[in-house]
Amino acid sequence: MSLQPETFKSLVKVAAEQVIASAPELTTLDQAIGDGDHGTNMKRGFEAVLGKLDAISAQPFDEALKTIGKTLVMTVGGASGPLYGSFFLAAGEALSHDKHLPDDLAEVFASGVDAVSKRGRSHAGEKTMLDVLVPVLETLKTDAGQPDIVERIRTTAAEAAARTAPMQATKGRASFLGARSVGHVDPGARSSCVLLQAVCASLEGRA
Amino acid sequence: MNDTVGIVIVSHSKDIAKGTADMVRQMVGSEIKVAFCGGNPDGGLGTSVALIVDAINDAWSPKGVAILVDLGGAETNSEMAVEMLDPERRDLVVVCNAPIVEGAVMAATEAAGGSSLAEVRAVAEELSAD
Repeated sequence: MSLQPETFKSLVKVAAEQVIASAPELTTLDQAIGDGDHGTNMKRGFEAVLGKLDAISAQPFDEALKTIGKTLVMTVGGASGPLYGSFFLAAGEALSHDKHLPDDLAEVFASGVDAVSKRGRSHAGEKTMLDVLVPVLETLKTDAGQPDIVERIRTTAAEAAARTAPMQATKGRASFLGARSVGHVDPGARSSCVLLQAVCASLEGRA
Repeated sequence: MNDTVGIVIVSHSKDIAKGTADMVRQMVGSEIKVAFCGGNPDGGLGTSVALIVDAINDAWSPKGVAILVDLGGAETNSEMAVEMLDPERRDLVVVCNAPIVEGAVMAATEAAGGSSLAEVRAVAEELSAD
């Protein structure tokens, strides 16, 4: 399997559209434990990405990922802008340095996860998007090459997002709530799940 | 040269950012370089990396720039903005771990006396020390 430019274009389109469609849900989650702007922020960022879709898909993959990252950084308007932006900027940077898709997918993804961790000074277990990204990275590492890898990623992402509900937040706005953050799925974990599942659906030709 | 450290105020609310800058100018004097920004790219509550980059460049001083922020996203976006500056400017900008209003006034007071960036930051961050 190699990633074709037209596959990449539809993948970015589907991912952006799914995030935009999930904006009301993300906002509801964020109203429960954050400041209620995650949905509108992500929608604004991914609408900007959609607006540049033709230019993005005309670029080599590394530059395309960096353009997506920079667009999110400049347009999201909340902490999720630099967090998601850093993920794509670092993944693009990894591709610029002798990493290739799909063979090095786990390493490229790891670069993105590492950048999110550094940017947020956070790690898995603190009720953040890392609680989805890190388990998905583990699945990518252990199950690479399996025929049902896409299905495994989808399942990992969904289960990981759900597991954030009983966690108590210790990073980000939700940490202000302390024990009251328990019982709600983390909005950032949910948006990461939406993005990853959209990518999976696109790769399976279901969207 | 009598350059003083520049002060940048970044709030989720443009009104808070402007009000803080007004207080700094009234209490410390108008000779200090102060820039402020607030609001997301649509003008709602939030912060914008592009506006923060502009504010840093507006308040630019060869002695550096100290940024005061309010809540989480303002800090993350400010750190991102610093990384997007020209490489020779990046090391001369710090995001202070300090309350935004008191921190801005204290930092500006220290800056007005000609202190270094490290001294300005230390005075602001003392407010957050236990």
